[in-house]
Amino acid sequence: MAEYRFFADGFEERVSDYLSNKPEADVELEFAVPEKDFNTAGKGSSELKNLLKRLGVDSEILRRIAVASYEAEINVAAHSQGGVMKSAVHDELIHVSFIDSGPGIGDIEQAMVPGFSTADDLVRELGFGAGLGLPNIKKNSDAMRIVSQEGGSTTLEFLIFF
Amino acid sequence: MTLKDVVNLLEAEMLYPEADLEREVPCAFASDMISDILMCTQEPTLLLTGLTNNQVIRLSDMIDLTAIVFVRGKKPLQDVIDMAEERGLPILTTPYTLFRSSGILFGAGLRSCKI
Repeated sequence: MAEYRFFADGFEERVSDYLSNKPEADVELEFAVPEKDFNTAGKGSSELKNLLKRLGVDSEILRRIAVASYEAEINVAAHSQGGVMKSAVHDELIHVSFIDSGPGIGDIEQAMVPGFSTADDLVRELGFGAGLGLPNIKKNSDAMRIVSQEGGSTTLEFLIFF
Repeated sequence: MTLKDVVNLLEAEMLYPEADLEREVPCAFASDMISDILMCTQEPTLLLTGLTNNQVIRLSDMIDLTAIVFVRGKKPLQDVIDMAEERGLPILTTPYTLFRSSGILFGAGLRSCKI
């Protein structure tokens, strides 16, 4: 089992407050992310962005949420055997989790290096595989956590404050 | 610069007719890699690309794209054109390469978008 954690400057305390209080979400959304289905991939993130737009979230924060979510959704479609995207919208933040059914990330530190990619030819032909997915999620989020079991499931979650 | 200027400079063709040619184009970005394009989260951006699949249109749900120019004479399939039209996203095709198109627009004063 490997774990990776990231907190943007100044957010660690706010994140641990949130995690220890475990408040109930105002709105919850769930989307399936099927393996290698690039017609569907990204729809969950589009719909999440539309919902947050209606709720009046600031447009720059909205773009950060959408990009982080989209990159993670594409990762699940491109690299896993499929999974699920769960979003929990709270008063002051959004918590998005991606849980896939494997096969796990061998070396998370390496996967975080900009430019490193294990994308196959199909995925690359579509314009993915720049090796910037995880770095882009990190860049746009206030906190991020990856837990992966080699040969098993990976969970990636991020928090972004409004 | 307006979208009309872009059409004229790149000898481009609009891929569906209703698009608003007077819309202002503040800056541009050119890439064939989706994660690179997703670095443009700060301002509305004209995208020049050789990618023509549906994910390029879906990108405009995430970041603010002013329009997309498909380079090297590429045209997406009709369902991708329909996706752009549903979103009111102008799409163009130019016979020029990515390098030449970028050079022409840069030379005409269009700046690179902030990343």
